[in-house]
Amino acid sequence: MPKHALTALALYLGLAAPSVALAEWKPNRPVEFVAAAGPGGGTDTFARVVQSALSKNELLTTPIIVSNKAGGSGAETFIYAKTNKGDPYKLYFGTQDAYVLPLANKLSYSLKDLTPIAAMVFDPFILWVNPKTSGIEDVKGFIAKAKEAPGQLKLGGAKAKEADETLMTLIEYSTGVDLTYIPYKSGSEAAIQVAGGHITANVNNPSESVEQWKAGVQKPLCVFENERLADTTVIAEDLSWHDIPTCKEAGIAVDSFAQPRTIWAAADLPPGALAYYTDLFIKAAAAPEFKAYQERGAQIPRLLTGDAFKDFIKKHEASYAEIYKRNGWLRAEQ
Amino acid sequence: MGNFGQLMDGFAVALTAHHLMIMVMGVLLGLVVGVLPGLGAPNGVSLLLPLTFTMDPISAIILLTSMYWGALFGGSTTSILFNIPGEPSSVATTFDGYPLAKQGQAARALTLAFTSAGIGALTGVLVITLLSGWVANFALRFGAAEYFAVYFMAFASFIGMSGGSPFKTLVSMMLGFAAATVGIDTISGEARLTFEFDELIGGISFLIAVIGLFGLGELLLTMEEGLKFEGVKAKLDIRVIARTVAEVPRYWATLIRSALIGCWMGITPGGPTAASFMSYALGRRFSRRGRFFGKGEPEGIVAPETADHSAGSCALLPMLALGIPGSATAAVMMGGLMIWGLSPGPMLFTSQPDFVWGLIASMYMGNIIAVVLVLATVPLFAFILRAPFTVVGPLITVVCVIGAYTVANHMFDVWLALGFGIVGYVFKKLDYPLAPFVLAMVLGDKAEDSFRQAMLTSDGSPAIFFSNGLVATMMGLGLLLLCLPVISALLKGGRGQKDGAAGAPEGRSA
Repeated sequence: MPKHALTALALYLGLAAPSVALAEWKPNRPVEFVAAAGPGGGTDTFARVVQSALSKNELLTTPIIVSNKAGGSGAETFIYAKTNKGDPYKLYFGTQDAYVLPLANKLSYSLKDLTPIAAMVFDPFILWVNPKTSGIEDVKGFIAKAKEAPGQLKLGGAKAKEADETLMTLIEYSTGVDLTYIPYKSGSEAAIQVAGGHITANVNNPSESVEQWKAGVQKPLCVFENERLADTTVIAEDLSWHDIPTCKEAGIAVDSFAQPRTIWAAADLPPGALAYYTDLFIKAAAAPEFKAYQERGAQIPRLLTGDAFKDFIKKHEASYAEIYKRNGWLRAEQ
Repeated sequence: MGNFGQLMDGFAVALTAHHLMIMVMGVLLGLVVGVLPGLGAPNGVSLLLPLTFTMDPISAIILLTSMYWGALFGGSTTSILFNIPGEPSSVATTFDGYPLAKQGQAARALTLAFTSAGIGALTGVLVITLLSGWVANFALRFGAAEYFAVYFMAFASFIGMSGGSPFKTLVSMMLGFAAATVGIDTISGEARLTFEFDELIGGISFLIAVIGLFGLGELLLTMEEGLKFEGVKAKLDIRVIARTVAEVPRYWATLIRSALIGCWMGITPGGPTAASFMSYALGRRFSRRGRFFGKGEPEGIVAPETADHSAGSCALLPMLALGIPGSATAAVMMGGLMIWGLSPGPMLFTSQPDFVWGLIASMYMGNIIAVVLVLATVPLFAFILRAPFTVVGPLITVVCVIGAYTVANHMFDVWLALGFGIVGYVFKKLDYPLAPFVLAMVLGDKAEDSFRQAMLTSDGSPAIFFSNGLVATMMGLGLLLLCLPVISALLKGGRGQKDGAAGAPEGRSA
């Protein structure tokens, strides 16, 4: 083959290949979903539901492998992302932890090491008590009990200086009461402690306490949203999720505190891959498996991608930073 | 008994050709996964989970639980043959299983382990069948103080029972506690002892430590002995298996004691690993042959294996009834339950009786199948030991290194395991016991968390540990176990001969 023909071929390949990739990037080998939580945790279930929605509906035909990197409250996942710059075959599943974790801890990754893909759905937070052992029936009773004995009302949640404890400080700030926070390994563990009457209250996603509600050992007091939840199916005590008042109307002036279920890739994700995955997860959110998951968890269907997601991250991170600053939780700058 | 009627319905669900096939498949897969250290039951089950999305929930859970049984059995195999525990819960099996195998009785050691494990598992399932309703309510009574009391009992039984120098036991245990604190602290949310290494932020995996301390440590020791280990001349007599199975009922006292400990630790949050350690320690104390523990004593295999498996079965109950997994594998299965659309919790027993009782029925079947299959592999495994060390040694090294890597796909973990290998070697050279280190590493952070949670709940008053009958009884028992050696020494004066464990020089075990 003449030399110039080779050069031309190389030139052709060099020019054409990227544009082909840009137009229709498609995975041709297994994709790894890394969940920033241990097996059975909220993020793990989220990743696996997305996995089942994708493979059952043949939206993604290459194999999907879910792995768990729960270490350091999930920081392990995002540190791992940092070492896989530009890799389109690894996606990372989390919550707001991706951008909140570096606020309090000195970690070697930052938001710059991640490419945001989508927030698939939002989990609302609910304030729960054990009605039998605490004698509390509503938010008024809760506040009265907390004021009666400052620091004596014990409220449980998952881990320290994360969503649950943040929310507790918001309750304290807006009502002027003094609560004691008790961190557990997971939200369901805290829920069982409330059900057993060992602590008074907990804040939790609906799915983590719904079975205890049905069994009558937990009662939802209010939901930390600006509007009531939509689902009107009766769950327990002739009540539906919709019958639970918002905390605002019940007397705790805390704005919407929903937790996004987020999907990320490492930094420098090829634009073609970003476009592919954005489209893929929009389809996954409409799949019946995902709808069923939303319904079970009384989640708020709100899908964010692209710039809308980026804007949300910026605002959400800023609001957390403000609360952390007030609580004195921001990490010491070096 | 309503439970038995429901169990029969369960058998009707579980006993189909399709489900039996799934059980056999699950057990075989589990065996493979359990034999490879590092892979382990939790990883294996989570790898298999996607396969179950298209199955109906009952077939899916039967597959996963069968794999779990298989992995629990497989984990004991490498403990006995190579001193490498395939599962954390089979660490205690190495103490007597490995010496017995070294004496050329590998087939006997394996058969003892498998048979007693089977008996333990079936006892566990029986407890679940009879007490399912009661256990769910009982478990609700466990607050942070009660959790701590359970861990305290495990530690106390170990300190109180271990032979050798109490000072060395304490040093080893404290080092274990230190290793357990590495990573982000649950209570304060701060990183501890990570020295700003990213790799350490998730803490040190217990499996890595075990692979290093036991597997690699033992290898270094064997090499130093001048490669004397030329393969054990095990006689491959199939009749050994039958004879050993017939031998097991003789250890009825140990079997009952261990099964009780196992069920207790499975229902309460202690878990299989703690159960096997505690059962071994109590076995050494209360068995008539206790002073031979650590030198290849059959009862030293029966005790941890029975407890491990009865705890493993019982640990499924809190998962189903409360959504609190009793072991790492149970946590993975719980994740599966949620994806299949079932919510674990108090209402599962009434809303999904077919599922729950089908699962319980399958646990009887699965364990019986597992015992039969695993006994069939004994000649094969015993044969491996006849290979000379020049073949087995490098093989073990490779298995250890791959195992360390597979835990989390981190190269860092491999270096860590090598480090632990050297630590294990030094420990053995200086005659420091490894078991307290391992126990402290498994339960250390859980005990710390529950202690601090209890103190937060009580505003710093230790009275919470004696605030009700349940927790006070457990703490009292713990204190008694802790002081038992002192008390019995005082009572018996110079007649020390009977508690050989207290005075006799200790071999390789605790």
